[in-house]
Amino acid sequence: MSRPPSPAMSDAPEMAVDAPEVFPAPAERWTARPAPAYGPTQYARQVWALVWKDLLAERRTKEILSATLVFGLLVVLIFNFAFDLRRAEMDLIGPGILWVAFIFAGILGLNRSFALEKDRGALEGLMLAPMDRSAIYLGKLISTLIFMSVMELVIVPVYSLLNNQPIRLDLIPVIFMGTLGFVAAGTIFAAIAANTRTREVLLPILLFPILVPVVITAVGATGIVLRGGGEDLGPPLTMLAAFDIVFLVVGMLVFGYVIEE
Amino acid sequence: MTTKRLRPIVGGLGIATAISMLVTLYLGLVWSPPERTMGDTIRILYFHAPSAWASYLAVGVVAIASILYLWRRTHVWDIIALASAEIGVLFTTITLISGMLWGKLEWGTYWTWDARLTSFLIMWLIYVGYLMLRSALDDPERRARLAAIVGIVGALDIPIIHFAVLWWRTLHPQPIVVRPGGPAMSEPMVLALVAGMLSFTLVYVFLMALRVSLEVERDRIEVAAHPQPVTAEVQPS
Repeated sequence: MSRPPSPAMSDAPEMAVDAPEVFPAPAERWTARPAPAYGPTQYARQVWALVWKDLLAERRTKEILSATLVFGLLVVLIFNFAFDLRRAEMDLIGPGILWVAFIFAGILGLNRSFALEKDRGALEGLMLAPMDRSAIYLGKLISTLIFMSVMELVIVPVYSLLNNQPIRLDLIPVIFMGTLGFVAAGTIFAAIAANTRTREVLLPILLFPILVPVVITAVGATGIVLRGGGEDLGPPLTMLAAFDIVFLVVGMLVFGYVIEE
Repeated sequence: MTTKRLRPIVGGLGIATAISMLVTLYLGLVWSPPERTMGDTIRILYFHAPSAWASYLAVGVVAIASILYLWRRTHVWDIIALASAEIGVLFTTITLISGMLWGKLEWGTYWTWDARLTSFLIMWLIYVGYLMLRSALDDPERRARLAAIVGIVGALDIPIIHFAVLWWRTLHPQPIVVRPGGPAMSEPMVLALVAGMLSFTLVYVFLMALRVSLEVERDRIEVAAHPQPVTAEVQPS
């Protein structure tokens, strides 16, 4: 009498017979099954998987958020000492201080984020995955955007508190769009700089001149909101949106060339 | 590709450049009249504007060579991009310095955060960064590829920078806009300017020819010194 095929009782040879049911034989796996459709859903799922990977890594290491947050707060603090600001001057140079803090802290985050990918060949692993290279770009971009947004969500209230100003919610779209432009260009250049010996030094040198348009418009728009004088926010926001789109499209197009080996 | 056969062409180009530059010097410094309000300071313009033009030309060549490199992966496009970026930084520096000298004489200050000055300074910074990136990369293929991306993104960014800086300037109180020349330029002045444009273009082409052939020669020596590249040992047969 043959024994009933029960996984609990089976010994090694039977496992080998059972195995194909769980793991299809290579021939069946690669030829019989139709290739999964590579559509927008698939793409979005891949991007999300990459973002999730970064968030998970951050939850375990807490490297990027802690560093950027503390550094950003320090920048705000140092400016306060450097200029010994009163209320009237704050309206003038406050937007600049905020953006310098965001950008300097953001550079730290970008450097860290790509150093992690480079150090143990994680990027090569990502490149082996069957997906479009622009998905890697978008994944990195979104995770950096999330880290920076969290950092900004802390810095802006602290800044307002220290300077005795109301917290303005209409800053949110301005800061979000400025940050999007920053990470859209920053992700390309961080990936480029990660290849060099002097990556921490080279990233700001390459990135800051390119970012001038985003910084100018973001600081201008932030100033309009903080002054609250009813100035027209339309032109700077339109320009920021245009810059964001340009950097995003260029980034998606060229990123494949950046990481190919 | 040997540069030996190109040598007479490069030599001829050098002679043409020298003659054209001498003519420009004569036209700009001696022959053309002083301007009514600016006087002799207008003569800086005959070298300042052409070198600005040559900077834009160089930057454009960097971008085109970069695109062609990424598309074709031929080493020569990388050499052209490198040469053009170096010469572009040179011309941008000349433009900035000559502009500052003119500004000191006419505006009374070396620098003002005018839209055109600002965007030119940022352009200079982008291409200095481009050259720094190149020097920080050892592997030739990787250096060419990454530099090409910076060359393309940098060139795309220049009109965007100009656009943003213009908006920024209109946001702040407008400085007294002094435009060099103005629309009413007399014919000798236009001629001197055109001569300047022509000679600076020739200087650019001549320097490019020298720089590219230097780099090609360097490659040839590299190959001669190491007849078998390191990768050949790894490959079978």
